[in-house]
Amino acid sequence: MSPIISVKQLVKHYPGVVAVDGISLSIPQGICFGLLGPNGAGKTTTIEILEGIHMPTSGTVLYKGEPLGSRYREEVGIQFQHTALQEFLTVRETLELFERLYHQTVPIPELVELCSLADILNRDTRKLSGGQRQRLLLALALINDPELIFLDEPTTGLDPQARRNFWDLVKLVKSRNKTIVLTTHYMEEAYALCDEIAIMDKGRIVSQGTPTQLLSQHFGDVVLQLPRSDSGSKLAQLGLNVVDAGDMLEISTNRLHQTIQQLIENGANLDRLRIRAWTLEDLFINVTGKKSAT
Amino acid sequence: MKKFLAVLHARNMEFLRDRSALVWNLAMPFMLVFGLAFTFSGSNKEIYKVGVVGGIETLSRIAPVLQATLHIKFVEYDELNKGIDKVKHHQLDMLLDVSAAPKYWVNSSSPNGYLLERIVWGVEGHQFQRQAVEGREIRYVDWFLPGILGMNMMFSCLFGVGFVIVRYRKNGFLKRLKATPLGAFQFLFAQLISRLLLIMVITTVVYSGCNLFIDFNMQGSYWNLLLVTTLGAMCMISIGLLIAARTASEEFAGGILNAVTWPMMLLSGAWFSLEGTHAWVQQLAQIFPLTHMIDATRAIMSEGAPLSQVMPQVWVLALMSVIFLALGAWVFKWE
Repeated sequence: MSPIISVKQLVKHYPGVVAVDGISLSIPQGICFGLLGPNGAGKTTTIEILEGIHMPTSGTVLYKGEPLGSRYREEVGIQFQHTALQEFLTVRETLELFERLYHQTVPIPELVELCSLADILNRDTRKLSGGQRQRLLLALALINDPELIFLDEPTTGLDPQARRNFWDLVKLVKSRNKTIVLTTHYMEEAYALCDEIAIMDKGRIVSQGTPTQLLSQHFGDVVLQLPRSDSGSKLAQLGLNVVDAGDMLEISTNRLHQTIQQLIENGANLDRLRIRAWTLEDLFINVTGKKSAT
Repeated sequence: MKKFLAVLHARNMEFLRDRSALVWNLAMPFMLVFGLAFTFSGSNKEIYKVGVVGGIETLSRIAPVLQATLHIKFVEYDELNKGIDKVKHHQLDMLLDVSAAPKYWVNSSSPNGYLLERIVWGVEGHQFQRQAVEGREIRYVDWFLPGILGMNMMFSCLFGVGFVIVRYRKNGFLKRLKATPLGAFQFLFAQLISRLLLIMVITTVVYSGCNLFIDFNMQGSYWNLLLVTTLGAMCMISIGLLIAARTASEEFAGGILNAVTWPMMLLSGAWFSLEGTHAWVQQLAQIFPLTHMIDATRAIMSEGAPLSQVMPQVWVLALMSVIFLALGAWVFKWE
């Protein structure tokens, strides 16, 4: 499938800082592409270059195979990480304001239904809760019926319920064959929404692929967790892939049955054994050396 | 107390580290004090204002004692009729014509004219022939009205537009608009028209409301008045847009806006006439749109000036508006 947007050797310098250091990527149509990374990794700079908000120092950005032109703003939808709205307007008035800025638009009632805005249509935008505000911002990003939508940390600051509601909304948007480029600090969000992810660190992409591919590349199938106090000294001698996780020791393995048998044979105390799958959180820490927001 | 001091310290550091705001806050008072001291320097406090046609030098030759009298400000006029009109409207206490046989004009109903006449008569060997004129006094409120309305428009246009755009830029709203197909000129023009409508409605309401009680002297056409004030407001909004075209600091924008509004407020003839000030002050005043707006407004209201008479001011205001708006759109940055 031909990419809807692609970048080649993208570089962005600020005085004394290389924010983006030669990244290249292609995003196929219809997927949700996640751009992950710790603070200062260059995610927002990268996404804002893709959005056409900033010019790169060097490198190319192609939308449907063409350089970003005047039509681009008509055809993409953007939800910024930090944005303010015109004050003293209601939700309905804000939607109408943005509707008038585009040639082709989605009927407002359709957006209201899609983003569950019916109850707050006449509310002043300054009085919206975090989740309501994000739903409105998403509606504004969708107002021109874009094929490509950028969501820059859209759920930062939302409570878990509001975040999950927002995920459902994004899934609904994605089901309409829209391409979504998402940046997030939340690995569970990336896992829930993204078909493909790229992890950035220090301006570069350090890992890219589908979440499943990346997890299998970096880890075994499952991880066994044992309290250090129960089995610490014994595990060191068994030649297992053991990772120090504070009070716990984590054993990564592709052969669960065999590993457990080996632990039993060597007298390990398995009373408090826990088994879990590897997550993107583990991957994130593994490739960047930093903890993500949780 | 600890919390108060912590906040105080943080705010002080913020202010001190915002170099642009700091410089403006320091520079502005200096500029004002020195500017005013220089502009209005001189120990004499004039009580009477006398127009002279034919040159002050000629006056000092034929009536040196009169010309040397303290507390009388002599202002040269090239046109006799213009001077006579000023006497009619009590804007001059007396007019002297020394270009031919010496004559003087006073308004029969002017107390200052009456007293000046006594002074002229007391000058030894005076040869001035009396010419009396009649005319309704232009009350101070009539003279002052264009200035006060003009100043209100200036502050509303400059601060109302400038600060709002800087705030939009600071809180990211402009960035959000940048992501849409909206062009910079469209955005700025919308701001201009919005503020223009607002200020014209407010000014009309204020004028009409006050007129019910004060009965302003309006000799000219309201359409001409509307044209001049609209152009004046457009021009000052355009300046506000230009000032806000790039800055993201409200304090810096405030400094620039003050630097623009204070000289305009003092030197545009809003509070007092610039007649008799240094020539360079009068020339400097010509760069301010408020000067042109107030001059044209006063001419329409007090003298009933037709459009043809205020066309120079109309052209200047229109040209300035176009230039400032074009410059603002050219240098404008969404972020």
